[in-house]
Amino acid sequence: MLFFSYFKELVGKEVTVELKNDLAITGVLHSVDQYLNIKLENIKVVDEIKYPHMMSVKNCFIRGSVVRYVQLPVDGVDVEILHDATRREARGN
Amino acid sequence: MASANKDTGLEYLVNQLISVITNDGRNIVGMLKGYDQATNLIIDESHERVYSTTTGVEQHVLGLYIIRGDNIAVVGELDDEMESTLDLTAIKAHPLKPIQHGA
Repeated sequence: MLFFSYFKELVGKEVTVELKNDLAITGVLHSVDQYLNIKLENIKVVDEIKYPHMMSVKNCFIRGSVVRYVQLPVDGVDVEILHDATRREARGN
Repeated sequence: MASANKDTGLEYLVNQLISVITNDGRNIVGMLKGYDQATNLIIDESHERVYSTTTGVEQHVLGLYIIRGDNIAVVGELDDEMESTLDLTAIKAHPLKPIQHGA
C-alpha cells in the first residue's frame, strides 16, 4: 500500500521505467494502480537505436510485474516523509 | 480498494490499434477487443512483427488472439500519424530480450 500511495504522489512527473528485459522507457507518469501497473504518456525509449520496437507508441501501459526499476525525479523523493510512512507501516497501521 | 482518481484501466484502448510486447520478447499488433483485471487481452486482426538485423521487420498474420496477462509486458497505444510515417521494411534491430525475473 505504501508504494502505491507513493507512486500516486508522483503522477505528472517524468520518470524512467526500466523493464526486466532491459528496455528503459521515459515518460510522464499518468497513473498507477494497486498492482503497480504504470501508465506513461509521451514516452521515449532510452536507447531508440537499439530498441526501435516502440517508435510509433506515444502512450503505454506497463505491467507492474515486469518493472525492474523506476528512476525518479530528484524532487520526487522526500526522505523524511518516506521515513515516517515506513515506520508507521512497520508498526502496523 | 478504491482506484486512483485517474483512469488506470485499458478501457480507452478498446477498439483501438495497440502494440503488445510479451514476456518472451514478441511484438503483437492488433485491435483491442477486451481485457480484464489480470491484463488478459483479446486482440482481433492481429499480426506479429518480427524484428531481425538482416531483413526489415516481417509481419506474420495471427488473426484473433487471446494473450494471458501473465505473459504481457507492455501495452502501447499506436499513434496513427507516427505509424503511417514508419517504414517497417527499413527497420533492422535485434528482437527484444525475454523478461528475466530475478536474473
